[in-house]
Amino acid sequence: MLSILNKEISGFFSSLAAYISMAVFLLVTGLFLWVFPDSSILDYGYAGLDSFFNIAPYMFMFLIPAVTMRSLAEEKKDGTFELLATRPLSDWHIVLGKFLASLLIVVLTLVPTLIYYISVYQLGISKGNIDTGAVIGSYLGLILLGGAFTSIGLFTSSFGKNQIIAFTLSVFLCFITFSAFDSISKLIAFQAFESNLISLGINQHYQSISRGVVDSRDFIYFLSFAGLFLLLTRTVLGARKW
Amino acid sequence: MSIVVENLSKTYGAQKAIDGISFRASPGNVLGFLGPNGAGKSTTMKILTCFIPQSSGTASVCGMDVNTHSIEVRRKIGYLPEHNPLYLEMYVREALTFIGSVYKLGNSKRRIEEVIELCGLGDEQNKKIGALSKGYRQRLGLAQAIFSDPAVLILDEPTSGLDPNQVIGIRNLITELGKTKTVILSTHIMQEVEAVCEQVIIINRGKIVADDKLSSLKEAHQNRSLEDIFIGLTGSAVH
Repeated sequence: MLSILNKEISGFFSSLAAYISMAVFLLVTGLFLWVFPDSSILDYGYAGLDSFFNIAPYMFMFLIPAVTMRSLAEEKKDGTFELLATRPLSDWHIVLGKFLASLLIVVLTLVPTLIYYISVYQLGISKGNIDTGAVIGSYLGLILLGGAFTSIGLFTSSFGKNQIIAFTLSVFLCFITFSAFDSISKLIAFQAFESNLISLGINQHYQSISRGVVDSRDFIYFLSFAGLFLLLTRTVLGARKW
Repeated sequence: MSIVVENLSKTYGAQKAIDGISFRASPGNVLGFLGPNGAGKSTTMKILTCFIPQSSGTASVCGMDVNTHSIEVRRKIGYLPEHNPLYLEMYVREALTFIGSVYKLGNSKRRIEEVIELCGLGDEQNKKIGALSKGYRQRLGLAQAIFSDPAVLILDEPTSGLDPNQVIGIRNLITELGKTKTVILSTHIMQEVEAVCEQVIIINRGKIVADDKLSSLKEAHQNRSLEDIFIGLTGSAVH
């Protein structure tokens, strides 16, 4: 598993695409947080990173599928999947190695954003006037959200040889699981179980962790979400054996 | 016997790729696996390397069943797939290091030097795989297959697309490896079989039509050339 993880990470950083997608993520979140007047912290007037944590999930919807789309689709296209699958590695090793590698890349993308926290920390009237607990909770929420999106990305990448299909399906699934449940619950027909529907979506759990309240239910939700999609991925890979 | 195949069949949908084949292979022997395109050579090799399962029958490698002891079987096998897939964006040494890490070999560095030497990759060892010529890619594929010093080598058309000098180099290497290991080699090239194989299996439309020592096969067919024997046994369309 570690060998797969290593291979994926070095493969990712030896391609220009990696740096471009990371740079775009940082650029866009930076613009939203510091420059665009609607969401800029300088106009907003409160020392908080809310606008960053609000925009980040939508950036992840594109960043993460871009990171994961090649992971299995490219192996299948180049035939190197046969090379991997005939080595003494189980399908779980391959899936988990690739999952952890992509997740690690997502976490690495988040590291430079700590500068935002430090800046806001320094800029507050009376220095350090920022809800650090909520920031830690929000980062945790983002990482868990990243895990959920990564598992979706890996799943769609396992379908076939086409990376574009993997990317498109993955963006779609990420969007649906993140916010569609909120929208559907607003329909009159579903009002009877509105709160049940909302709690199926990622957004509700992400918001809950972002408040700095670490609830075991949210943890279990994210872990089982990622677990489910990884299981589906492994099932698709194993389908060659049916 | 390091490879025992009994009554092995594989069906894709309605099509029978292989149909009840049985054969054995032992160490110190290069087994030539011959047959027209689509005869079932690659399918058999994919089953032996645990990439896909059979529909019925059994196959075992070094006494272990390919279905129940899949990981252990894969540890014993070195496999060069058809078309030789490689990670083109990796460097030669990087790819070998990766293979070493998969097998968790303690002394990976020394083994890398060894296989680079064995497969004649010395001049190209610091290049990107994407920049290698076809011949060198084939050597790298072979280097990856023999990296873990496996007891069984399964090579699917190892010399396709090579120039005559390279073909001879690879053949010598295979002959050398065949002295101690079990080697199964699939090919279309008859001279190759005559040059390296002692035992020959000819497969046609999923069935074995000949399984014998090369010398006895020739005797049984009045010393005709292997090419004639092959055409006689498989070329039902050409009369």
